[in-house]
Amino acid sequence: MKPGPFQRVMFALYAAVFFLYLLGPLAVMAVSAFNTPQYPQVWPIEGVTLDWFSALFADQDMMTGLKMSLWIGLLVVCISVPIGLAGAIIMTQIQPRVRSLYYLVVVSPVLTPGIIIGISTVVFWRQFTGQTGTRFLYDGVVLTVLGQASFISAYCMLIILARLQRFDRSQEEAALDLGASYPQVFRHILLPFLKPALASAAILAFLSSFENYNTTTFAILSDKTLTTVLAGRVRQGSTPAISALAVVIVAVTIIGAIAYEIAKRRTDAAAARRQRAALEAEEAELSGTPAAAMG
Amino acid sequence: MSGSLAFVFGLPLAVVVFFFGLAAYERRTGVATGGGFFQRNGLPIGLYLVLAVGFWAFFIILLPQLAMVDMSFRPKLPPSQMGGPKDLYTLENYRYFLFGSTTSTEEWNWLHIKAFFLTIGVSIVITLINFAICYPLAFHMAQSATAARLRVLLLLLILPYWVNEILRAFAFRVLLSSGGIINQMLMGGGLTSEPIDFLGADVGLYMGLSYAYLLMMIFPLYNAIESLDTNQVEAARDLGAPWWHIHAFIVLPHAKPGIASGCTLVFMLTAGALAAPLVLGGPRTLWFTPIVYDRFYQAFNWPQGAAYAFILLVSCILFVLVVLKAFRLSLGEITR
Repeated sequence: MKPGPFQRVMFALYAAVFFLYLLGPLAVMAVSAFNTPQYPQVWPIEGVTLDWFSALFADQDMMTGLKMSLWIGLLVVCISVPIGLAGAIIMTQIQPRVRSLYYLVVVSPVLTPGIIIGISTVVFWRQFTGQTGTRFLYDGVVLTVLGQASFISAYCMLIILARLQRFDRSQEEAALDLGASYPQVFRHILLPFLKPALASAAILAFLSSFENYNTTTFAILSDKTLTTVLAGRVRQGSTPAISALAVVIVAVTIIGAIAYEIAKRRTDAAAARRQRAALEAEEAELSGTPAAAMG
Repeated sequence: MSGSLAFVFGLPLAVVVFFFGLAAYERRTGVATGGGFFQRNGLPIGLYLVLAVGFWAFFIILLPQLAMVDMSFRPKLPPSQMGGPKDLYTLENYRYFLFGSTTSTEEWNWLHIKAFFLTIGVSIVITLINFAICYPLAFHMAQSATAARLRVLLLLLILPYWVNEILRAFAFRVLLSSGGIINQMLMGGGLTSEPIDFLGADVGLYMGLSYAYLLMMIFPLYNAIESLDTNQVEAARDLGAPWWHIHAFIVLPHAKPGIASGCTLVFMLTAGALAAPLVLGGPRTLWFTPIVYDRFYQAFNWPQGAAYAFILLVSCILFVLVVLKAFRLSLGEITR
């Protein structure tokens, strides 16, 4: 495709406006985190300060909320990834005539508004724990984990399912023919094949849990997570400490993204090296010089 | 009350028994081939699969939804009277949504009805706007961007979404507040002598909502357009099709599942958004989710809150069904 110069200019203009809209608000907020006035202000810059960052880390509620969010995120990963894996495996095995009903049920939380998931989780578990005498389970952390697990498990399932559909069942059959037991096949054939999908599902699960607000605000009851504390702070009034939090999150994200990219390039390079070595070995074998294959 | 417990445990059991009955029947009649479920997976793994999915489908998804719907048809009672003679099914909570409290002089409950329709209407408009904003970029990314530029674009797109929803809304508050940079620029440029109250006029809310879910539109669109063979576009161009023909008759029909998927996601998220209305809404802002929230934590009327939540859920489901019908798609095609 070769767009004309006019189209090109128009597109560049559009892209500039688009990214200004996308990144501008964050840039403005970031600047206000370093400016001295009490109210988040961008211009004029009255003085550069890091006070808002120390105010942020001195905020006890915020730090307790952060710990709670990290803890809930880990629990959600521990629940959602196994459920998503089971959901994906069942999806490939279930009878075709009930598959679409099953799909509808397990994907529905993705399309349900978050507050409704939060509300229904609280309503159900309040009744259930009351009637079965397990009141200790009626707890903010438990409910939040269950509520978030409903849709995060579905995300995990969709990610794992995408990879599972490329799985070659003959590998499994070969292992069974060679005398492996079912748990062994699962452990040594299926899980290693799904490993990349499981890892991305775990990362996505943690991040979705960490930044969730709509479901959490209902399900958390009297406890506090980072997002609910944050919502309270923002409603009380604006302070640059909130901007400082955004700056910290973006900085952590960028560092994480770079680390991930480096790690990925390294494993890609290693895989490419292995493949090259295997090819060379094969060629050496074909040309009939065993010595070269050894080298 | 013990009746509902029997239901809670009986329903999953009945469904599991039904499934295995169906499987056994199909094997006997020769519809299905191969071994049974436990034969195929082994007992420990099979048990794990059934228990994990059973717990998820029933205790995390279905039963809570049913409990919420059930509660929405019950009167508000103190805990001691729950399950007592007064605990009868009623439409009172839905009546309240339409007509307001019995002591009110208004004929209709205009406040809530208006908020509801405004939420649905604005969500539809925001969905369409987001589609218009995202389509050109998605097309560019999928069809004409080089690999290196694509990486940069993807990174720039994803970056804002690592920031929490509340913080994103907060950024708009900083931007649009009366002393904010937009008002400073407008006043500095002499366009207005007094700061414009963007937040009070809900401009901030609508911008924040549109901003919050841009990504949910762009990725489904990008994925759908990316699978279109560039040769088709080239061929159409060589045959003399004007640019809008190419989009209307080649790209858009091909991207249909992506468009439907993006639109449903954006609509659902916008209609169900809670953070942006709380942060960017003024005291007079009409939005349905904060009203639902207040039913629970200010009016302490849980059954009524459940009814309101159910109304929202039903309208969202209707919206998805209408979109699917209009695009002639199945659910599986849009949740990819």
